[in-house]
Amino acid sequence: MADDAYKPRASRDDAAEARYDRRAFVVMMALFLVAPAFVYPVFVMKALCFALFACAFNLLLGFGGLLSFGHAMFLGMAGYVCAHAAKVWGLPPEFAILTGAAAATALGFLAGLLAIRRQGIYFAMITLALAQMVFFFSVQAPFTHGEDGIQAVPRGMFLGFLDLKNQLVMYYVVLAIFTAGFLLVYRIVHSPFGQVLKAIRENEPRAISLGYRTEQYKLAAFVLSAGLAGLAGATKAIVFQLASLTDVHWSMSGEVVLMTLLGGMGTIFGPVVGAFAIITMENYLAELGSWFTITQGAIFVVCVLAFRRGLIGELEAWLRRRRGT
Amino acid sequence: MAQDTILETRGLTKEFKGFVAVDRVDLKVARGTIHALIGPNGAGKTTTFNLLTKFLPPTSGTILFKGEDITSDKPADVARRGIIRSFQISAVFPNLTVLENVRIAIQRRRGIGFRFWRSESTLDALNDEALAILERVDLRHFAQTNAVELAYGRKRTLEIATTLAMEPELMLLDEPTSGMGHEDVAMVKDLIKEVAKGRTVLMVEHNMGVVSDICDTITVLQRGAVLTEGPYAQVSADPQVIEAYMGSTEAAAHG
Ligand SMILES: Nc1ncnc2c1ncn2[C@@H]1O[C@H](COP(=O)(O)OP(=O)(O)OP(=O)(O)O)[C@@H](O)[C@H]1O
Ligand SMILES: [Mg+2]
Repeated sequence: MADDAYKPRASRDDAAEARYDRRAFVVMMALFLVAPAFVYPVFVMKALCFALFACAFNLLLGFGGLLSFGHAMFLGMAGYVCAHAAKVWGLPPEFAILTGAAAATALGFLAGLLAIRRQGIYFAMITLALAQMVFFFSVQAPFTHGEDGIQAVPRGMFLGFLDLKNQLVMYYVVLAIFTAGFLLVYRIVHSPFGQVLKAIRENEPRAISLGYRTEQYKLAAFVLSAGLAGLAGATKAIVFQLASLTDVHWSMSGEVVLMTLLGGMGTIFGPVVGAFAIITMENYLAELGSWFTITQGAIFVVCVLAFRRGLIGELEAWLRRRRGT
Repeated sequence: MAQDTILETRGLTKEFKGFVAVDRVDLKVARGTIHALIGPNGAGKTTTFNLLTKFLPPTSGTILFKGEDITSDKPADVARRGIIRSFQISAVFPNLTVLENVRIAIQRRRGIGFRFWRSESTLDALNDEALAILERVDLRHFAQTNAVELAYGRKRTLEIATTLAMEPELMLLDEPTSGMGHEDVAMVKDLIKEVAKGRTVLMVEHNMGVVSDICDTITVLQRGAVLTEGPYAQVSADPQVIEAYMGSTEAAAHG
């Protein structure tokens, strides 16, 4: 045992990973800052909202190891509450968005309490069932206006001086919100809490045997994820001046799973790439009509077969191999 | 006065669909001792550990820790009382580094698990303590290695290090030396003897060399029930025990 004790083997290079993350972040921000000069801002805003949604979802799936199949309830409900707060209560956009996110956080706490004790597929089923209840609530409740949704939501003045009616101002506010959410996810993943979450994912019985009440950690991850998904949904409602049933529909819960898997679950940048890929696809393939779903499905199957770790997951694995660790 | 009892079970029983895996076990573990639980394969040793730590609910019976009834505790609460177990199948956090494995335990003890708004680097404050523990088990040079890449024997020592980092009053070790080479067995044996100072150890062990060298009391289980109990010299001379072990080739190979 003593002879090789002084030869540290296969050390993990956290510094290199952090350098990579920082560089990739700078590139991503640079692209987003100049994007409105080249691409239609509304398109990028939509993609940014979904990217934040996917990052929130990835926090739960990729880092908490929990597959929720009902995340649309947080996106959609936050959208309704935000739209209602802005339109009916006349709150300024920043408070409307925060109210929406807070509602999603509270909903996440309730849903989490019910779901968190279930494992694997049962957890997914409970979240799906709860999301369906939220969907039917949204169809019935007067304040959501059923099929019509809440329309003509005022964008208003952000922080009292940024006029969101200006498309570019709106764009940079959305970018700021996305960046804040993205950095919060990064911080959570790289926090003492994130460490425990990782330990629980790796070996839950061992974590319990050390005295961790693992259900509380999973619940906390669930609530954080729900709140961030709500932030995305609320922002989206202000951007499109609309909160509708689309965002609480189960297919939205499926879409965020696709985005996360396509980009690479458990990676920091994967969900962003996945969201942009899917939103772009939707944009350009929309003219295919009903063939769209089939095409999207086919592309997805090919991607999953070719890049099992997702686009970013494969890229990171390749970079790591090249570094030789 | 009799020795201070830290852990006691009364009529502890576990049935799996009519099969009695643990059968009315009355166990008394004296504070400050190393107590061995031995017996042929399938005797119910691991199941007993699972009952003591509440990973399995007992069918009947009570468990007392320091005189308090802990039978209805949750597993995490048992751990918080100071009873930390290891597992028969090596239980490390594979994709955490060796240092992080130990730090997770220290984090729990200090109650800094929920800080999602702080940076990971705040955990560096725990490094000195973690490295000191790794030094004791001769793993310091592997601090930055992912646990999954350690050789089997080192994984087991890492497990002990993590358990130790909790500063448990009572350590439950399930076959800490199984699957190890001679040198590692000797190392782990000395380690257990050393860490047992100031605490109590209850261990399942197949290696009779280890049992005879460091254990104060030995309880022999057979088909879920206590066969006999006492110091090594007495237990090893017991004809019932010899009889029980004759039927077990596995134990013969070990012992
Ligand atoms: N969850 C379970 N369901 C059904 N039977 C079980 C379960 N766990 C253990 N058993 C049975 O209980 C008996 C005792 O098993 P246990 O693992 O406690 O033995 P052991 O003394 O630790 O053996 P070994 O030396 O092989 O580790 C075995 O016959 C086993 O098959
Ligand atoms: Mg066993």
